[in-house]
Amino acid sequence: MKAAAKTKKASGTNAGAAELLHERELRDIVDTVLRLAKSTEAEETEVHVDEVADALTRFANNGIHQNVAEHGLTISVRTVVEGRSARATTNRLDEDSIRSTIEASLSLARSQPKNPRLLPMPGKQRYRAVRRFIGRTAALTAEDRARAVRRACDLAVKKGQVAAGIFSSGQGQTALGNSRGLFAAYRETRSQFSITMQKDSAASWAKANSADVRAFDPQKLTARASEKAHRAVNARELAPGRYTVILEPAAALDLVGFLFYDFAATALEDKRSCLNERMGKQLFGQNISITDDVYHPLQQGAPFDGEGLPRQRVLLVDRGIPRNLVYSRAAAQAARKEPTGHGFALPNEYGEAPMNLVFAGGDSSVDKMIASTKRGLLVTRLWYIREVDPYEKVMTGMTRDGLFLVENGHLTSAVRNFRFNQSLIEMLKNVESLGPAVRATGEEAFEMVVPAMKIRDFHFSEVTKF
Amino acid sequence: MWDLCTNALDTAKLRGASYGDVRVMHLRQRDLTTKNGQVGTLAQSESIGLGIRVLASAAWGFASTDRLTREGVAACAAQAVSIAKASALAKRSAVVLAPEKAYVDSWQSPFRKDPFEIPLETQLALLLAADTEMRRVKGVTLTETNMQFRKIDSWFASSIGSRIHQRKVISGCGIVATSFQGEEIQKRSYPNSFGGQHTLQGYELVESLDLMRYAPIVAEEAAALHSASRCPEKFGTLILGGSQLGLQIHESIGHPIELDRVLGQEANFAGTSFLTLDQLNRLKYASNIVNVVADARLDHGPGLGTFAYDDEGVPAQCTDIIKEGKFRGYLSNRETAHLVGLERSSGTMRTESWNRLPIIRMTNVSLLPGTWDYDDLIADTQDGILMETNRSWSIDDRRYQFQFSTEVGWEIKGGKKVRMLKNPSYSGITTEFWNSCDAICKFDHWTLWGTPNCGKGQPMQTMGTGHGASPSRFRNVRIGTAFSKQ
Repeated sequence: MKAAAKTKKASGTNAGAAELLHERELRDIVDTVLRLAKSTEAEETEVHVDEVADALTRFANNGIHQNVAEHGLTISVRTVVEGRSARATTNRLDEDSIRSTIEASLSLARSQPKNPRLLPMPGKQRYRAVRRFIGRTAALTAEDRARAVRRACDLAVKKGQVAAGIFSSGQGQTALGNSRGLFAAYRETRSQFSITMQKDSAASWAKANSADVRAFDPQKLTARASEKAHRAVNARELAPGRYTVILEPAAALDLVGFLFYDFAATALEDKRSCLNERMGKQLFGQNISITDDVYHPLQQGAPFDGEGLPRQRVLLVDRGIPRNLVYSRAAAQAARKEPTGHGFALPNEYGEAPMNLVFAGGDSSVDKMIASTKRGLLVTRLWYIREVDPYEKVMTGMTRDGLFLVENGHLTSAVRNFRFNQSLIEMLKNVESLGPAVRATGEEAFEMVVPAMKIRDFHFSEVTKF
Repeated sequence: MWDLCTNALDTAKLRGASYGDVRVMHLRQRDLTTKNGQVGTLAQSESIGLGIRVLASAAWGFASTDRLTREGVAACAAQAVSIAKASALAKRSAVVLAPEKAYVDSWQSPFRKDPFEIPLETQLALLLAADTEMRRVKGVTLTETNMQFRKIDSWFASSIGSRIHQRKVISGCGIVATSFQGEEIQKRSYPNSFGGQHTLQGYELVESLDLMRYAPIVAEEAAALHSASRCPEKFGTLILGGSQLGLQIHESIGHPIELDRVLGQEANFAGTSFLTLDQLNRLKYASNIVNVVADARLDHGPGLGTFAYDDEGVPAQCTDIIKEGKFRGYLSNRETAHLVGLERSSGTMRTESWNRLPIIRMTNVSLLPGTWDYDDLIADTQDGILMETNRSWSIDDRRYQFQFSTEVGWEIKGGKKVRMLKNPSYSGITTEFWNSCDAICKFDHWTLWGTPNCGKGQPMQTMGTGHGASPSRFRNVRIGTAFSKQ
């Protein structure tokens, strides 16, 4: 088969990193699909080619217990016929399978009524270059990760603690082309280290994530988690209620990260956004400004959206006032606005979303926040956050892995974990100070650039047993 | 496919693996959604590949590939062995597997109508008709419907000689009406949230749901919620509908009994468990009327946790989890079984796809039926709140403290449902809650619910689990906390 014959699918013969296809080879696959689609009923065709080569080393009880690697490449085809469109996806690269996938897409498309909102595919676009492929990250091997994990576990043993976590690295790329001549390609590397240090029932945690594995030091993260786990012993129980909290960046991220879809024009059109009837009003405090900016140096992701439109930087919240939304092409047409390059791959019912949020930071720091707090709580991490009330944006969840009482400017003791029920709208009115915005990573929201936040009157409703 | 499996295992052995198991999987999926009378998603996908897990130097390695040639598979197997040897650089203890027989078998989940053979036009027409019915109701501002079908073939082979082919057909379907009014967004789903009901069945699942009958009902309830009274804050009697109880079981029984969590293997992400090893056969988990099993056998029903063999080649089993209120069993695999004195795995290793490592997972973790007729249960309740259909769910990382809210509540006074309540929620501590259970409805009201979206593992895997439940009553439960302004 022609497309596959030109490719050399990566799959290392050792524990080393896989090699991605060259961009030229991705373009060959796109061209093959577009050529084959020409001999069908398809009036327009769009092709996504996605390739990943990821590896993850997982450890617990001071040793590696899972260690995995994967490689995969998928071809996803969207066709348009008589005002109808649908998508079919395969990971088989031979021409017969590609033909079948095109036919499947056409068959799905023909089965539905005409879509009045369907627009012609966009033509050729220009993209701003971003460089997020770091050779050192791509070259990281299972042995490299195992040695770093070994050092982390050795520290845990030395301190009488138990380590659990992950060290992952990988690379991925995507190419998007269509029958109107659009072609876009992007590749990136990714790496992540996350560690939980436990001492009996006490635990604490640290995590970092970057395209460049040299941007963080697993041993420093280990030492930080170890030191905080040491402080986390003998947690005392406090009464639920309203507290001043200092949210470390990961904790802040996992809460504010739930706001992202509210800025989608389609979410407002569907009346499921908390910003319905609130745009242009002073909704948050004046110290809250939010931008979606894929080009920010701490961000990752492709500079184009699911239809291949260039992503634009959009000021979403200006000094507490929601000013702008993001628009896919269809949502923009419905609202008589310009698309912002935030659309999901079609067809879909969600439209678009800002995926690269950047919160404006401030001149404080976690240390300064602690020093300025008479009585409050330092929150390391939040967990199992879910939306309770979509319009008031009330979120529930738990603190986890390091909750500390601050009294008269000092950490004085560990505290048993709380459940919170807190409106994000209210919370962002009550932000007293902000640290510098950093690339934060947690478990509940995708990575964003957010600061540590000191917030008054944060609502904890119940306490758990540890 | 067996040639690919053999090739992988032979290569692994040649490279120094002492044990290996390999899965070739072919996954096919079709997704249909509508929104406000228009088709939303219309897509299908297929994915085929191979994943191999090996023990070398007494440590684990796993690699996967979609390059299904002799060379590609051999390279993948060699990579898995190399990774295992890297794991040995930070090995804590040697892996020991519980003995298991070799099986050569082929199994297919039963279904009456292959959903991939039903015309797309028929499927879309039903969804669009249900969507139209919901939009007829004044006050409804958003209508959504969905169907999802999957067909999964897996070929499992292991170095102890097993060769097992399984084919599963899974269907899911649901509808949702949402209403935005004033400063509230309210919604109702049928037959459940999370995309409705999901089972190991064919298109007969969709036909059994009678969407056209329930579409106007959920739409009217969504609109009516705005004028309903708010659920009060109090300690009181709670009756949970079957689907909400299914999720309660999932979160407060299903996850804490996973032995990998108990042993700290998930400490960094999914968390650990309050069910430490000393609790087995000692903890009074629940009241005497509570019996819970983890049952992957087809006899239990066509659940998302039903299969013939797990992804470690162990036959499906039924394990007592809670018997007459006492904690009796964990979910284990071949590596962990001996740690709780078992001679054999309970058969709960499952993988999302060919590119993911099998991990301990819930199968069908179900509350066995009780003795009550539903009408009698309501009639027997003088003052209580009935809560139905999950809206939010959250529990701490050791599975003690939980909070759930549901889409709708019903006040029960003097043995009758008297009025609708909005924004219902309840919370509690797992063992206190289950020990307060004083009534469970009988089999006539029992449904094996499907939870299609259970996330666990790193890299994250999404798995479907089954939870049989019938409406049940709990006493002295904390109600209304989620919406408290205190």
